[in-house]
Amino acid sequence: MSATAVSNSRRPRGPVPNALTSGQLPRLVELYTLIGSLAVSAAVLAMTGFSVVGWLVLAAVVYLVGIGILSTVVENRRKATDRVVRGLVTIAFLLALVPLISTLITVVMGGAPSLTWDFITKTGGSVFDPKTLKVTVVQGAWQAIVGTLIITGIASLISIPIGIMAAIYLVEYAQPKQWMARTVTFLVDVMTGIPSIVAGLFAFSLFTLLVGPKAFSGISAAIALSVLMIPIVIRSTEEMLKLVSDDLREASYALGVTKFATIVRIVLPTAIAGIITGVMLAISRVIGETAPIFIAASFTDNFNANPFNGPMQTLPVMAYSGYKFPSQDIASSYQSAWGAALLLVLLVVILNLIARVVAKVFAPRGLR
Amino acid sequence: MDVPADRADSGSADPGSPRRRTAAKVRARPADRIFRFLSTGSAGLIMVILAGVALFLIIKAAPAIAANWSTNPDLAGGTTHGFTSFWSYVGPLIWGTLWSSLIALVLGAPVAIGIALFISHYAPRRLAGALGYLVDLLAAVPSVVFGLWGIFVIRPFIIPFQDWLNQYLGWIPLFSGPVSRTGSTILAGAIVLAVMILPIITSISREIFLQTPRLHEEAALALGSTKWEMVRLAVFPYARSGIVSATLLGLGRALGETMAIALIISPSLIFSVHLITDTKNSQTIAANAALNFPESNPLQRDALIATGLALFIISFGVNFIARWVVARTGSSGRRKEKVVRSLPPSDPTAPAADAADGPVLARRGREQAAEEAEG
Repeated sequence: MSATAVSNSRRPRGPVPNALTSGQLPRLVELYTLIGSLAVSAAVLAMTGFSVVGWLVLAAVVYLVGIGILSTVVENRRKATDRVVRGLVTIAFLLALVPLISTLITVVMGGAPSLTWDFITKTGGSVFDPKTLKVTVVQGAWQAIVGTLIITGIASLISIPIGIMAAIYLVEYAQPKQWMARTVTFLVDVMTGIPSIVAGLFAFSLFTLLVGPKAFSGISAAIALSVLMIPIVIRSTEEMLKLVSDDLREASYALGVTKFATIVRIVLPTAIAGIITGVMLAISRVIGETAPIFIAASFTDNFNANPFNGPMQTLPVMAYSGYKFPSQDIASSYQSAWGAALLLVLLVVILNLIARVVAKVFAPRGLR
Repeated sequence: MDVPADRADSGSADPGSPRRRTAAKVRARPADRIFRFLSTGSAGLIMVILAGVALFLIIKAAPAIAANWSTNPDLAGGTTHGFTSFWSYVGPLIWGTLWSSLIALVLGAPVAIGIALFISHYAPRRLAGALGYLVDLLAAVPSVVFGLWGIFVIRPFIIPFQDWLNQYLGWIPLFSGPVSRTGSTILAGAIVLAVMILPIITSISREIFLQTPRLHEEAALALGSTKWEMVRLAVFPYARSGIVSATLLGLGRALGETMAIALIISPSLIFSVHLITDTKNSQTIAANAALNFPESNPLQRDALIATGLALFIISFGVNFIARWVVARTGSSGRRKEKVVRSLPPSDPTAPAADAADGPVLARRGREQAAEEAEG
């Protein structure tokens, strides 16, 4: 552009250095530097001993130093800083993917061998053979699956109505400056921060005071999970209800519809997709909680489907106790711990997928 | 349910009849009242539950705090062996809880903020949502799975790294030996904790970064600043309080994490800053309770519940400070806006309203843009 502005007589021949683009590195320089640093560090490591982790770490360092020097020389220090920071935040993001991928791979690799039909449908545990005096471990997670479903189910039955109703109170009924609304909002914040093990200790305290020393039971664990789940449900439902436009409410009131009918017929259907998504995510959050269930429901190898009587086994606790309190056959205990962990991850993934599908299917027409 | 009744009432036959109208109203009222009662009651229940949590913990904890620890036979063995009072028992645990969370925070928070910055300002727009979802997936992984992952992946992974630290930085007490050969160190636990607090810090800071006023960013860019300078000039000052509170909320999460520590660390109840030894790892409250709960007698369980009460108070404090930071800067931000509005316009001939219109118009413009994006 600047070249064309020069008058004809002084127009130079041949390519002209462009004032806007000179002193800049080519567009794909970051890609070239990356490839270069990968190659250089591979070459360096080939001499000392190759490992994938070392290679990537070294390549990252070489890349940052390389792009910094290159940019300082060709461009200027400010641009060099900019490029180095861009590299740093990208590396930070990639760094977060490492544990995610590594965890998933480890769980799948560890759990896949034990994940058979028998493992899912049989009650596992150690079996003592009086003739040979040997303890053998039967692989099975049925008791833990049933326990997880019962405990999470009861916790959901308690938390979802309370959570949704409290959120409706906060959004629809409460005046913003009212003491109760402010207190409840504050307390929900406090509840969100309750450490999960404290919830377990609370449920244990409650039940020892109510029913005496043999307090381990499924219902107790469900109470503990409810304490953790209610604030999550309230927060997500509150957000969703706030998104419902006031025009809809006012239109409904203008037609003479009562407040109850407005909430049930207008507000909730509009927000239902978001609410269900939030509930699903809340369930998937508490289904993996180990500490509270471990404290409140303890662990057992026996099949127990009665939440009011005695310890109950659950998947997360099975993964924990299988590793921390193994039976005599240690390898087999670890095996079932991995199996339980994989089952748990599958459950969480399924719940998350359902949440996403529900968000799409139930979204009201014309919105989203 | 009530809508057809109301419609029938107002539309058909005799709209003026006072009796029919009252009848409809009376019919509509019970549901209304019950519903109002239920939702208010649920909100009230929140207060009851939280009061209950505090109350029952205190009731159960009181005997253990009041007991004479040096003479009581119930406290002579097991986890409470050798402590003269509850305070000497809980002291090292509180230290361990704070220490491990602090290391996790030092390791995790900068990475988390970097990720948030990447997703909000550096990643390609189209991918940003999906990338954010990937990081959120980390929050969905159950903590026990992270614990197992820490045992089988992180522990062996950091052994050579620990050797290296000890060899070159061993003169710092943090990295002094004897170096662990199993990897069951507080460093390994803190690395796993750091991974677990990444998603919470990232998601909160990301939201705040995205709320930076567009005009501030564009003004910085228009002055010729590079992207990083724009972030430093416009995004960070705006998001500072948000970053602080996100970090504190992450700290709150780390304080209460049980399984990662319980599974990975080989603990002892001491005040220690050593990061890479087998025998000098400070234990945390949560992990201590989880490990010792099954084998304890009732009074020892009360003691563990009392430590849980201490944890409850600590995490309450941290969360409270986090919310307070947000609330305080929120109001001071508003105050700043007021100051701007009351300042005289730089050009004395210009109408004073223009200065006040600036931010308002900008906000309106942003809302319109958001609506268009949604539509």
